[in-house]
Amino acid sequence: MQLERFSYDNTISRMFAIATITWGAVGMLLGVIAAFQLAFPVLNFSEYFPHLAFGRLRPVHTNAVIFAFVGNGIFTAVYYALPRLLKAPMWSRRLGLIHFWGWQSIIVLAALTLLMGFTTGKEYAELEWPIDILITLIWVVFGINMMGTILKRRERHLYVAIWFFLASWVTVAMLHIVNSFEMPVSLMKSYSWYAGVQDALVQWWYGHNAVAFFLTTPYLGLMYYFLPKAAGRPIYSYRLSIVHFWSLIFIYIWAGPHHLLYTALPDWAQSLGTVFSIMLILPSWGGMLNGLFTLRGAWDRVREDPVLKFFVVAVTCYGMATFEGPMMSLKNVNAISHYSDWTIAHVHIGALGWNGFLTFGMMYWLFPKMFNTPLYSRKLAGTHFWIGTLGIILYAIPMYWSAFRSYFMMKAFTPEGQLEYQFMDVVQTVMPFYVMRALGGTIYLVGVVLMIYNLWKTAKAGNFLKEEFVEVPATIAETSGPKDKFWHRVIERKPVMLLVLSLIVVGIGGLVEMVPTFLVKSNIPTIESVKPYTPLELHGRDIYLRDGCYNCHSQMIRPFRHEVVRYGEYSKAGEFVYDHPFQWGSKRTGPDLARIGGKYPDSWHFHHMYDPTSMAPGSIMPSYPYLFDSKIPVNTTASKIHAMRKMGVPYPDGYESQANEDLKVQAEQIAASLKNDKIEIAADREIIALIAYLQRLGTDIRATDIGAKEGSVQ
Amino acid sequence: MNVLLLLLLISLVIAGGFLLAFFWSVRDGQFDDDYSPARRILFEGKTGSGKTKKQDN
Repeated sequence: MQLERFSYDNTISRMFAIATITWGAVGMLLGVIAAFQLAFPVLNFSEYFPHLAFGRLRPVHTNAVIFAFVGNGIFTAVYYALPRLLKAPMWSRRLGLIHFWGWQSIIVLAALTLLMGFTTGKEYAELEWPIDILITLIWVVFGINMMGTILKRRERHLYVAIWFFLASWVTVAMLHIVNSFEMPVSLMKSYSWYAGVQDALVQWWYGHNAVAFFLTTPYLGLMYYFLPKAAGRPIYSYRLSIVHFWSLIFIYIWAGPHHLLYTALPDWAQSLGTVFSIMLILPSWGGMLNGLFTLRGAWDRVREDPVLKFFVVAVTCYGMATFEGPMMSLKNVNAISHYSDWTIAHVHIGALGWNGFLTFGMMYWLFPKMFNTPLYSRKLAGTHFWIGTLGIILYAIPMYWSAFRSYFMMKAFTPEGQLEYQFMDVVQTVMPFYVMRALGGTIYLVGVVLMIYNLWKTAKAGNFLKEEFVEVPATIAETSGPKDKFWHRVIERKPVMLLVLSLIVVGIGGLVEMVPTFLVKSNIPTIESVKPYTPLELHGRDIYLRDGCYNCHSQMIRPFRHEVVRYGEYSKAGEFVYDHPFQWGSKRTGPDLARIGGKYPDSWHFHHMYDPTSMAPGSIMPSYPYLFDSKIPVNTTASKIHAMRKMGVPYPDGYESQANEDLKVQAEQIAASLKNDKIEIAADREIIALIAYLQRLGTDIRATDIGAKEGSVQ
Repeated sequence: MNVLLLLLLISLVIAGGFLLAFFWSVRDGQFDDDYSPARRILFEGKTGSGKTKKQDN
């Protein structure tokens, strides 16, 4: 029998591993800072510059932990496990390097641009269009390298982990392309092609599937390789892994609407999301049970081995989060959890528990292997485990507590029928929980620092195994399986079919370019009185996006009595037809703003943006003094109007030439009203634009009094 | 609400793609043996990653 000798390259795996750990520490540090900013708003430093305020920092945190930490973690796992599972080296070392450096460049660009305020205003898709293109290119490079390796494989059988990696690749490609359809206005500014309800749908179809196919399925692939290897035990039931893989990827795609319950999405779509989210419990728990049962008979090893400890808690947290998530997809539960800290708790159980701990376990296993030396300190790794677990608990419990306290306060009515609590009362009540959460996150980060030290010492003590040589039979396909030689070619051709299928699916994204046009044409306003934003308001909206106001404020009033009484008439789908992008928000750290227009005088907003505590004592909102010095970029008005019109917003033809005049008139009106309240400010400052935008919100449906009574409930 | 159509379409295409991939894998015999793959991955190299025998505990 012919033996072939080749090597697995550990260089790329090591690079990705180091990147994972580094960005993990950075991303988590950003999270800790953001958490402390909520507890101690002085840490926004916004009196000095706008770049580190929570609204800009939080997206850097989310992007860092998702794409930099988990992203590099995925690649570490794939570049290590895939060759070994297929008995073939990664197809192209050069592509691997391009992939690596390309991805790290994306991360750096992301951090810089987000802090500078270049953002699309869509969660987990904030990066502007040039970076979106770069992401697509690098993702394709990754895909080619993966497919190439699969084509050249010596092991005919595709282990279940490989299926998870493949499904992740295909779906993430599709999601990224579809959600990133945006109309560029300038090099670093674009507007989402979709608007309002449409945009909300696409965003959360993307958002939940990003959770599914970026945070979950690749890590299931990771688990299916590293857990059995670390335990020295085969997966409990390979058959179960097959069943839960296929059912998981079929069901996950439909769960997205659970982010939009009680919003303006049609009822049947909401129900679809709920039903599929509940069904998702089974395949998810299939994965959890498979992982845990693999350790049957090896629980004594779990006691001794930090790697297994991390894996056990990771898989358990996965099970908890995948039960909690479906529960939160039930409308009655969602009524409590949406916009609250419960969502945050849920996310972090998955992120810190599943993604974090699985990554740590993998690293503690991988470094000794790659450096051919025992782990520097088992004891320290054990300490990390306990610290990390404590961190997760101290993160989640305050958040649950905060969510429930907030809910009961927000919906409380006095016997006379008034709201019992103001929003500020709730903010003040949950402050201690924010402090506790920040401490929990800090503790978790300390554990990560211990890990970095441990792994660094391990690397120093060892000899890096640049290449691992193996000898395998030339083509295992020939010696195994019931198929005879005639089918050999056909079998070899099948991976190409797989590749082609994947490319077709991704290519549909290109075809889909035509569909938004169709969408736009049929996007007839359903409420006559709703009109496009004025040029001044458009600038103001871009400021709202730039400073990340959506990270703390929602713009979607749900049809609950307590919400309608507090915020005004519940939000209708037709109100958002010109919102490119939509800004419904996900969290109410601050109050909902859907009908803030006309509630307060211009001077209130003026003072509030300069120093929120002057109008709302006890506020934790950052201040935005720079808006009073910076000028409205009127040279961009024309391109913004042009972009909006191209997407179907009915600005009259040639309006660009008049837009700045209208802008000036409206700005001067606001400046005049401010002057009446003894405030002197030039009409060309950005604060004027922001005030214009805020005063517009939610006022359109009152314009012709189309049956919308203040405080009326269905 | 027409974007629903778009998303349904895309999701169905992806789901359909997965279905085709499933059919391919069954035809290719990927699931003929659901016993050995779990054990096969444990046999690699010589640096102690071999299967731990059940007698060891």
